[in-house]
Amino acid sequence: MKLDAKIPEGPLSEKWANHKFKIKLVNPSNRRKYKVIVVGSGLAGGAAAASLAEMGYNVSCFCYQDSPRRAHSIAAQGGINAAKNYQNDGDSVHRLFYDTVKGGDYRAREANVYRLAEVSTSIIDQCVAQGVPFAREYGGLLANRSFGGAQVSRTFYARGQTGQQLLLGAYSALSRQIGLGQVKMYNRHEMLDVVKVDGHAKGIIVRNLMTGTIERHAADCVILATGGYGNVFFLSTNAQGCNVTAAQRAYKRGALFANPCFTQIHPTCIPVHGDQQSKLTLMSESLRNDGRIWVPKDAETAKKIREGNLEPNSVPEEGRDYFLERKYPSFGNLAPRDISSRAAKEACDAGLGVAKTGLGVFLDFRDSIIREGKQTIKERYGNLFDMYQCISGDNPYETPMMIFPAVHYTMGGLWVDYNLETTVPGLFAAGEANFSDHGANRLGASALMQGLADGYFVLPYTVGNYLGEQGIAAAGKVTTDAPEFEAVEKDVRGRIDRLLSIKGTESPRSFHKRLGQIIWDECGMARSKEGLEKAIEQVKALREEFWQNVRVPGEADELNPELERAGRVADFMEFGELMCRDALMRDESCGGHFRVEHQTDEGEAVRDDENFAFVGAWQYVGESEAPTLHKEPLIFEAAKPSVRSYK
Amino acid sequence: MKLTLKVWRQKNAQTKGRLETYVLDSVSKDSSFLEMLDILNEQLIADGEVPIAFDHDCREGICGACSLTINGIPHGPDRATTACQLHMRRFKDGETITIEPWRAKPFPVIKDLVTDRSAFDDIMQAGGFITARTGSAIDANEIAIPKDDSDYAMDAAACIGCGACVAACKNASAMLFTSAKVAHLNSLPQGKPEKDRRVLAMVGAMDEAGFGSCTNYGECSAVCPKEISLDMIAQMNRDYLTAKVKTFFSQKSA
Repeated sequence: MKLDAKIPEGPLSEKWANHKFKIKLVNPSNRRKYKVIVVGSGLAGGAAAASLAEMGYNVSCFCYQDSPRRAHSIAAQGGINAAKNYQNDGDSVHRLFYDTVKGGDYRAREANVYRLAEVSTSIIDQCVAQGVPFAREYGGLLANRSFGGAQVSRTFYARGQTGQQLLLGAYSALSRQIGLGQVKMYNRHEMLDVVKVDGHAKGIIVRNLMTGTIERHAADCVILATGGYGNVFFLSTNAQGCNVTAAQRAYKRGALFANPCFTQIHPTCIPVHGDQQSKLTLMSESLRNDGRIWVPKDAETAKKIREGNLEPNSVPEEGRDYFLERKYPSFGNLAPRDISSRAAKEACDAGLGVAKTGLGVFLDFRDSIIREGKQTIKERYGNLFDMYQCISGDNPYETPMMIFPAVHYTMGGLWVDYNLETTVPGLFAAGEANFSDHGANRLGASALMQGLADGYFVLPYTVGNYLGEQGIAAAGKVTTDAPEFEAVEKDVRGRIDRLLSIKGTESPRSFHKRLGQIIWDECGMARSKEGLEKAIEQVKALREEFWQNVRVPGEADELNPELERAGRVADFMEFGELMCRDALMRDESCGGHFRVEHQTDEGEAVRDDENFAFVGAWQYVGESEAPTLHKEPLIFEAAKPSVRSYK
Repeated sequence: MKLTLKVWRQKNAQTKGRLETYVLDSVSKDSSFLEMLDILNEQLIADGEVPIAFDHDCREGICGACSLTINGIPHGPDRATTACQLHMRRFKDGETITIEPWRAKPFPVIKDLVTDRSAFDDIMQAGGFITARTGSAIDANEIAIPKDDSDYAMDAAACIGCGACVAACKNASAMLFTSAKVAHLNSLPQGKPEKDRRVLAMVGAMDEAGFGSCTNYGECSAVCPKEISLDMIAQMNRDYLTAKVKTFFSQKSA
């Protein structure tokens, strides 16, 4: 198999315009003859479903939540980037492109990133037109703030609820189309497999979560906007239901999975409190605009704080190590996420951690409250401070917050070409579910941008191109009577029956927790050859144990949350191994992927451009065989790889 | 902590439900309320029983999925806090806690603590949007919006659509939810062209879904995890009246 990214000809800045002119169109009166399936209703899925419906396609949209408005995009806090340069501080499409490629440690595809930066400005226009209440200045114009990895202020935000507001925008557009009958919405439906006919994706098998009924849905093409796989770690900032199932099933049906080891550990989360914990809560990166990160300089002081014998506020200035400001003076507390996370881990490894568990550093607002006043800080971060107090029981206006890195986002995903089409023709992947734009590390406020770029401004063109290429005679030809649907449905049913029939002794949640521990220990913030080799064996053994000893209560034909969980955990078990294999293969450090064998004396990541400037895309070849690696070389014309320095 | 839990169990929409009593040992006071339910469910699975179904997802107070009536109060005792953000340190060791689903006719129980809130989506589909086709927008800074107006729209838009307002209301009225959306869009210049259509359509859909009328108890706002203000209802009533009068006269002149 040769990977063809289908990058258009011409200079970077003209590629998208050229491509849009060259690709096929479907004339408005023919669009109603096509049916498009969109799985997922977050920023990418919701935006794509609404936009394609507005154009006249018949859309069916699926989500596992009880309403499309609850997709996990809703939890994004800080903001969305766009190269508007409203601040007159030197921003441009080219700078946003450059920051994103550099921030991704030169492991993203230039052409896709450039397009992302290009359409970023239209996203803000679109959202404002929908009524998204972005923060404004007194003059009535839009406000911006800074985010990690950039020296310009290009982030648009709606208090600490930007994701919610953007999602409500997409949801309102989607709701309008549902009301008009142009989108058929399937809430509480989970996709369990992709159906291919003559090699093309032509439908999906879903389970109606309310009744347990297995349903077939046919269409002319399928879009997966099913989010990321951070929950493979068990503890993450993801919603409880986030899963890899759709992507994993697509992978097993022939779609390549790219860079699965590229995961993002977010530096500012509330530390773990104990073993009953079900999830980790993010504190927006925007807090790093005004909060200063520190640990005590000596281990003795840190120990006293851990044991509750010393007030953090009483540590004198000379006893504090503002380690990000010290190590990265030009970016300071706004160093990129991967770098900030690693620095916090190093401090804690050195015995300087301040949380009870030893795993936590301070994020201190004392100085900014003195400088700006409590009211201003409250206006900027009020809801985040409230949330922190609610969870931790401490008041961050009076005592510094404690934070520690946690799994937050996954840059890896289904391999897609420039059209966001996977290696299965007619199967598209958008948003966090694909791999394309963030390389080995995502900059803050870029996930919302990418989800909406894919949904509003890329897929409406490229899906049309695919349908146009198939020709109008093909429209609506495949129906659910096709034998291929029969076969895949049988697989899906067989798996559910198998899960229910094991009747072992251990709960799906318990298996999930054990899997998460292996992945966090060996494929988390620091990875090594031995550790990964060990993890691969451990995951395999755990998977076998799972299929022999899992206990799934209840029946198949009813609302059964444990059955849902068991299916998702089963897929994480398969996927976790792939992730470790990818991390083992990538014998270099880059972005969020830190191989301990490859670091400088100061502990900075050392990339190997000569041997690893490629996308690692894995092909499934069978249950008992190791997957095959395909390499898409990355060529950098405009953003020449350099040592990524934030000093 | 040791707790006694009285939990609503109901196999499905067709069967009758009842409160079951469970005893739970060694719950950490740092656990969230839903983590406490996770522990109970693990215990039930180990005992060979069917675990309790409840809606939840983000567990950080923003998705609006969680929907538990705790000791008779939607989302429980803490002000401005969803059930998922409620922590066990709020309760006493040895306490008995009653957990029920949302109690409102338009939100029928599907199973245990899970209810069907799709009536909210129906209201949104009737008019909870600004018609703005993808690609047709003008530059975002073409329209200046006074900060106060924008802040007010954001106060309204903070609604998470959880339905606690309906569950708390004696009449099962959805006025707070509907008015929050109407206020968000009607107070912005972009929302003005559809202002009248929107309020008429959304109120119409609300009535059609069987929600009760508002008799100014104010329980809705008191339990709202995002503290949506009763002012929103007042504004919706004004907008509704204006729209009604306008339609009346435009029909006459036509």
